[in-house]
Amino acid sequence: MVQISGAKALLEALKREKVTVVFGLPGGANLTIYDTLLDSDIRHILCRHEQSAAHMADGFARASGRAGVCFATSGPGATNLVTGIANAYMDSSPIVAVTGQVATPFIGKDAFQETDTIGITTPITKYNFQPRDVREIPTVVKKAFHIATTGRPGPVLIDIPKDTQAQTADIDFPDKVEIRGYKPNGVPDARDVDKSAKLLAEAEKPLILAGGGVKVSNAYQSLQKLSAFLPAPVGTTFMGKGCFPEDHPLSLGMVGMHGTLVANKVILDADVLFAIGLRFSDRTTGNIDEFCSGTKIIHADIDAAEIGKNRIADISIVGDADKTLNKLLKSLSTQKGRKKKIEWVDRIKQVKREIQNSDVKETVLAPRAILKTLRKLLPRSAIVTTEVGQNQMWAGLFFESYLPRTFISSGGLGTMGFGFPASLGAKVARPEVPVVDIAGDGSFMMTENSLGTSIVEKIPVTVVVLNNSMLGMPAQWQRFFYNRRYSAVDLKRIPDLVKLAQAYGAEGIRVGSISEFENAVKTALKSEVTTVIDVPISPEEDVLPMVPPGNGLSSIMGVA
Amino acid sequence: MISTIVENKPGVLHKIANMFSRRGFNIESLSVGETVGQDLARMTIIIKGDEATAEQLIRQLGKLIDVINVTLLDPNGSVERELALIKLKLNTPEDRVTIMDYTNIFRGRIIDVATDSVVVEITGTPNKMNAFINLTSRFGILEIARTGITALSRGSESIAIENNGEEKW
Repeated sequence: MVQISGAKALLEALKREKVTVVFGLPGGANLTIYDTLLDSDIRHILCRHEQSAAHMADGFARASGRAGVCFATSGPGATNLVTGIANAYMDSSPIVAVTGQVATPFIGKDAFQETDTIGITTPITKYNFQPRDVREIPTVVKKAFHIATTGRPGPVLIDIPKDTQAQTADIDFPDKVEIRGYKPNGVPDARDVDKSAKLLAEAEKPLILAGGGVKVSNAYQSLQKLSAFLPAPVGTTFMGKGCFPEDHPLSLGMVGMHGTLVANKVILDADVLFAIGLRFSDRTTGNIDEFCSGTKIIHADIDAAEIGKNRIADISIVGDADKTLNKLLKSLSTQKGRKKKIEWVDRIKQVKREIQNSDVKETVLAPRAILKTLRKLLPRSAIVTTEVGQNQMWAGLFFESYLPRTFISSGGLGTMGFGFPASLGAKVARPEVPVVDIAGDGSFMMTENSLGTSIVEKIPVTVVVLNNSMLGMPAQWQRFFYNRRYSAVDLKRIPDLVKLAQAYGAEGIRVGSISEFENAVKTALKSEVTTVIDVPISPEEDVLPMVPPGNGLSSIMGVA
Repeated sequence: MISTIVENKPGVLHKIANMFSRRGFNIESLSVGETVGQDLARMTIIIKGDEATAEQLIRQLGKLIDVINVTLLDPNGSVERELALIKLKLNTPEDRVTIMDYTNIFRGRIIDVATDSVVVEITGTPNKMNAFINLTSRFGILEIARTGITALSRGSESIAIENNGEEKW
């Protein structure tokens, strides 16, 4: 055995977890790691802000299903990561964040760039570690990846003091770790599954509501099997978007505050709701007391703490989504007395037809036409990320997703600035598919400096900025709920996005019509550098339909 | 009343307390101490709330990586004890005799005596503790230190060895 340093041990342990790329920024307290990085074959992608490093790791994780890794220094480096970590936590995304910390003798002394990273990140990580002995590092890294990627995934942080990075010792790398308080197996209880199967078999109007957990457990195929077997229509939460093909005849699209008209109407008519891989967030349910109040609810999730947290279910199943669906299908095939659901399914198809027939062909440069056009130009496998705000909800409503891990957005935390760095992370994970960030001007401006990273690191993506020169979502709420009194939502003068892109060495194209937009997207998809497409839209555009906050889903408004 | 076995290492109490405040659980009492098994501690938590609150708390506790096992203790199927140290003022010489009498009746002990004060140690259920405090408050209570309730289930059942993390909630 040779003596190696903590920094070396870290990078070696990362390699053993098959990490090939990290996103980060150096600083005083992680310089030893960065020095060692020079001799490593792990690719380092230099970010312009730590928040973007965390979002890139997050985008990488969501596109690939593998943990994304980010590095930051102590103090401000760590606190800048916080938004990105909180974002990953809310959306159950596996990232491993490695922060530098001041040397152990200085911890607790308010040293330069010291902050209580462990204290700050405890409520927003699945777990965090602070190894104070070099020999702990390999075990800590192994545990971090195990915790981040299993069960309900989530971010894990490793805070390594500067002296521990430099300390050397004979180091063992474990092949396996044992955590006595953490043994996720994801196997659902057979009795719960059988009870659910019976209820679903006897249902006349069953509906499946699928969340992000279906993507995480790669239950795409089994979800379709269940929908076909019952048969039952499938709505998704925002996080579930893409886990059921949205051009499927039984797809309802998104349920919730900015859900589709058909999904929000039909869900209230169901007699049994099978909710899987979700947590009944307020954006999905609207007023929780009014949500499916007469409906029997089956709630399946891998996180036992989600059972009964927001909505008490009639039957609950704790388990991995794919395992649950497969067991359920098996149990269903043995159920007697299955009720026919043909009338129900026919009614849904009818409602869908009616709504689609009222679809008017739009030729003006408005969000719906833009996103429908974009969809036509992209292959099914293309990955789309979104910023946060109106752009995000328009994307949810009008940009159909067909495959899991192709729609990546900040759902739970709603972090402006997420989409662009996340698109870079996704492109690094899946360089073979086109990646597009559907953006708004306000949100894009928050992490626009990642254009630097995109050019220098040769990560070409397309950014479609729906530019209304407004903080559009708060503006819409002020129009609807504050009597059109605009307060601090007009950005007045945002920079010329074409010139801004060019200043970084990226392409910038401004479009004035749908046909110009089509050409711009085609050009962007062929470009070797990132392209920013500036699409001016009216500041008066609303996201509709909408369920006003605090109301039940039946209060859906703004329907033409 | 919730009993839980947790890792006995730095930072664990912070992670658990953080979850309580973050999720808005109202903790009435919490006691912690070493228990059987390597580097393990047992925490006894008393919370106010209905059954759904208790179940949520157990599930949230079970979710924490450092929590090995959690169980809801049924008050009828468990034994509970608390220890209190009560410092009482001695106003007259007779006070000491009366306090000694009371202490004997409550099966407590006097563990410190000064010319103008005594410290009484009382062990028992919270009700017994409160009865003693009410009884002696007229002497003037200078200080009280209570440990919070600690409890175990009756019979041979043990959460220290079973399960070992699996389906711990």
